[in-house]
Amino acid sequence: MIEIRDLHKSFNKNKVLKGITFNIIRGESAVIIGRSGTGKSVLLKCILGLINADEGNVILNGEELYNKKMSYISQKKTKIGMLFQGSALFDSLKIWQNVSFYDSRKGIKKKICYKKAIENLNKVGLDEKVANLFPSELSGGMQKRVALARAISIEPEVLFFDEPTTGLDPISADVINRLILERVKDIGATAITITHDMASARVIADKIYMIHEGRIIWSGDIGSMEESSNKYVNQFINGKSLGPITLDKN
Amino acid sequence: MNILSNIGKVITVFLEETGKFSFFLMRTLRALTGRWYFKNIFQQILFIGYYSLPVVALTSFFTGGALALQIYYGGNQFNSESIVSSIVALGITRELGPVLGGIVVAGRVSAAIAAEIGTMRVTEQIDALKSLSTDPYEYLVLPRVIAGIITLPLLIFFADIIGIMGGWFIATQSLDFNGDVYLQNTESFLEISDITSGLIKASIFGLIITLMGCYNGFYSSGGAQGVGSATTNAVVSSSILILASNYIMTTLFFAA
Repeated sequence: MIEIRDLHKSFNKNKVLKGITFNIIRGESAVIIGRSGTGKSVLLKCILGLINADEGNVILNGEELYNKKMSYISQKKTKIGMLFQGSALFDSLKIWQNVSFYDSRKGIKKKICYKKAIENLNKVGLDEKVANLFPSELSGGMQKRVALARAISIEPEVLFFDEPTTGLDPISADVINRLILERVKDIGATAITITHDMASARVIADKIYMIHEGRIIWSGDIGSMEESSNKYVNQFINGKSLGPITLDKN
Repeated sequence: MNILSNIGKVITVFLEETGKFSFFLMRTLRALTGRWYFKNIFQQILFIGYYSLPVVALTSFFTGGALALQIYYGGNQFNSESIVSSIVALGITRELGPVLGGIVVAGRVSAAIAAEIGTMRVTEQIDALKSLSTDPYEYLVLPRVIAGIITLPLLIFFADIIGIMGGWFIATQSLDFNGDVYLQNTESFLEISDITSGLIKASIFGLIITLMGCYNGFYSSGGAQGVGSATTNAVVSSSILILASNYIMTTLFFAA
């Protein structure tokens, strides 16, 4: 369903992606792990069309999307949902308006939008009480749940999650992980998650890809990851400071 | 070599900014053919126009009053009754009303637009709009620009009246002028073209203020500091452009 072919991206002289290639099949939950600054977010933004790749191609549902904008991708071909790292809820809109933003743009009546927003909020464990609050009145975990409700409200075929548990306490993070798992299976979407939270990856992933210095250096399922002899994978999943992955000095 | 390198850098930055702004302008113009968010336009008209009324009114009132005093004390006091009223009317409608009103609105509105859109940029809200199939130029930029172009002339028309009344108030209260004569002189001296030229200027200033606010906010980066810089740049660039474009328009309207 999603084919990433030899994707390259540089910012000035800094080569961030150095030929990323992998396939994700329909309904699969793929998790991309790697240290901060290894190009995970850039990869996601290239796939989404939020930034243009220098070389390579992204093929979504059989259509080549090289350098197509996200608006094109989501309008012309495939419905895409996205959960942003910082939730990215619209501050000026109430919670229910955030969740039903896509529907209200399509001209659906306010009452129906509100009803649908409440249904989606219920799906992420929030009740009607929060509907008329503004995002700043909610905790970080609740904001993430609202953002998830907004992402699933468009009934997407593909869902992207950018560091979904960053900044959350372990219990809230687990709630988000379980919700992601349930909702992705519920709507039958293909999911791509980028994270460096291994607890999250272990819950969400069908398949894991490890990115290091702009390249995919390992891929496999959870079981094979735990037993992998790859030194980079071992160091990363066990969170050791000593190993082949070193801290950037500049 | 250092001098050449620095000149090169300045030229590169200038060309880069020009290109970026041209692209932004082109995308904003293209948004005219897209979806119009009338609710957003109305909200922006309220924000730019209605909520700027007090500050513009105060600026205009005191400017009109100060102008009346300056003309009286600096000019010929024996024939001042007709001169003060006519110069206050001309000065306010042609120059001071639109320019000072524009700069005051630039400080309030351009900064607020840059801060709001800049925060949306650094918190990924603009990317979120795109992910929900919404063009940010249609949803964020165009409503503000249209509201600016529509609202500033209305605001400045109001400022013209308040400014003239400020002159009248000082003239009658401090300089012992006859109020009816003052207003009659103002009415007989003032022509429609004096008012319309100021309103045309105001419309251009509305475009500049909103465009600079949106542009600087849209391209802000780097968190709180980036939003702060965007806000400052929006106010500085819109104020300078207001003054420069005012000179050009004055030349076009009155020197021809």
